[in-house]
Amino acid sequence: MRRSTTESRALQIILIAVALLFLAFFLALPLVAVFGEALKAGFGPFLDAVTAPDALSAIKLTLLIAAISVPLNVVFGVAASWAITKFKFPGKSLLISLIDLPFSVSPVVSGLIFVLLFGANGWFGTWLAEHDLKIIFAVPGIVLATVFITFPFVARELIPLMMEQGKDEEEAAISLGATGWQTFRHVTLPNIRWGLLYGVLLCNARAMGEFGAVSVVSGHIRGETNTMPLHVEILYNEYDFVGAFAVASLLAGLALVTLVAKTVLEWRFNLHGSARH
Amino acid sequence: MIRVQNVTKTFGDFAALHGIDLEIKPGEFVALLGPSGSGKTTLLRIIAGLEFQDGGEVLFDGEDVSSRSVGERQVGFVFQQYALFKHMTVAENVAFGLSVRRKGRPPKADIRARAEELLRLVQLDGLGKRYPGQLSGGQRQRVALARALAIEPRLLLLDEPFGALDAKVRKDLRRWLRGLHETMGLTSIFVTHDQEEALELADRIVVMDHGRIEQVGTPEQVYMEPASPFVSNFVGETNQLPGGIHVRPHDIDLVASGGIPVVVDNVFRRGGSWRVEGRIEGHDRVVEFDVNAASPAPTLGDTVRIQPLRERQFHKRRL
Repeated sequence: MRRSTTESRALQIILIAVALLFLAFFLALPLVAVFGEALKAGFGPFLDAVTAPDALSAIKLTLLIAAISVPLNVVFGVAASWAITKFKFPGKSLLISLIDLPFSVSPVVSGLIFVLLFGANGWFGTWLAEHDLKIIFAVPGIVLATVFITFPFVARELIPLMMEQGKDEEEAAISLGATGWQTFRHVTLPNIRWGLLYGVLLCNARAMGEFGAVSVVSGHIRGETNTMPLHVEILYNEYDFVGAFAVASLLAGLALVTLVAKTVLEWRFNLHGSARH
Repeated sequence: MIRVQNVTKTFGDFAALHGIDLEIKPGEFVALLGPSGSGKTTLLRIIAGLEFQDGGEVLFDGEDVSSRSVGERQVGFVFQQYALFKHMTVAENVAFGLSVRRKGRPPKADIRARAEELLRLVQLDGLGKRYPGQLSGGQRQRVALARALAIEPRLLLLDEPFGALDAKVRKDLRRWLRGLHETMGLTSIFVTHDQEEALELADRIVVMDHGRIEQVGTPEQVYMEPASPFVSNFVGETNQLPGGIHVRPHDIDLVASGGIPVVVDNVFRRGGSWRVEGRIEGHDRVVEFDVNAASPAPTLGDTVRIQPLRERQFHKRRL
């Protein structure tokens, strides 16, 4: 066996130890603390906290927001990736930059954009008020902000993947008489399914966890427009630490589930990828 | 009858094809031969309908198909990297063209039978349940062919069909494809940059360079009577002697007196002859020629005299 690196054994140990310490301090410790604080007063108070009416309504709202914005972004993301990777058209690089925009803009600013557009004093504010439509400080606003924030996840995952796969298989399918939909359904979709699932997973995690943009447009109305992250903040500000950490632990649990699912997907993904060559 | 009339194509600033005219008769096996960037693949893709020309027409049996999509033209296209559907079995790949049909789709059992029949035709019977990833390069190539043939194409188009295969497999497949073309009575066009492949397989060769057709002719014509210096250089080996004279290495004889004096730089055996590399005395021009190996090999550094037996002279073209 040949050594692949030239670093001394001691240096290797030091480097690994530093990495582990860092991980423990910044990732493991907070996670443990969240669960620890949540269960500090025992399981009963924990259960009470997460089943309180306001908590339940926050959980329901969070699930509803994710259930609306994730499918929307799957459709947008797949359509954008398909257009970008399989066709030539003017303005393509601009579209690619636009897709990245939500990543480069502060979430608070993203939220403010929607307030500016649809708020009471916003561009469409008067018109919306006349028609008795409520977007800001209501569920539609939260959905808009969440869709905006999570837009890049699916597209970012799919574009490199579809770029790498090229368009030979799609061309083969249409040359054999398949329609655009048949080509997508039977050829493209099976080729991108793992990448797509991965993107959906990340998109979902962010949709449920988003704080900044949602905080701006939600108005923090208890039992109405509070999502889980907002609810955590409110409870914490009211010194209800058990309640805050109990709800936070649900979000942390979601993160853990996402992490495991992501690892499983990555494993499947690579397996699939290496079988191609 | 496939007819290409005055077809032009540009990609941005790059003119890929300048006014191409070409006719392909039923049953012909035609090679589009040229270096990379010559426009041969673009022409093939325009004939297929995978790319659309900026000007000119493509006619199938007198009917203008220029605005028809590839699916409507009923052409079989074999991609360079085969483009097999990796998540489908071999049999599903072959059956794809029939199973996506919306009008007149045959019953499932018929599709299956047809796929099996095609796999037998390409000598892959029994491999229908495998996935493309489990096949060798030559087998994948034949799956791609069977898949293209399943739709009973009126024209078979192949993009560098042997490009991704190793030398031995390539040779076998070439011969087999030629046989298949004949037994099935296909009309086929294939793109290649390999002159040997074009000379061996095609009924007619279309030599292309820089988006223009340099010559169309039988392999014999293209090899023996190249229409331009480019063709002479690209198809077969050529020496360029002073005065625009092109001569093949095997069309040179050694003579005792007269002829052109050449200093011998290198000699090696190539089959039944010596391949001699040398320089024309006084010029720095390299020439290569063959000497029958029954005679002794010329000595390095000696000056020998050569006489072209068959030559072609090209005058500088006016542009």
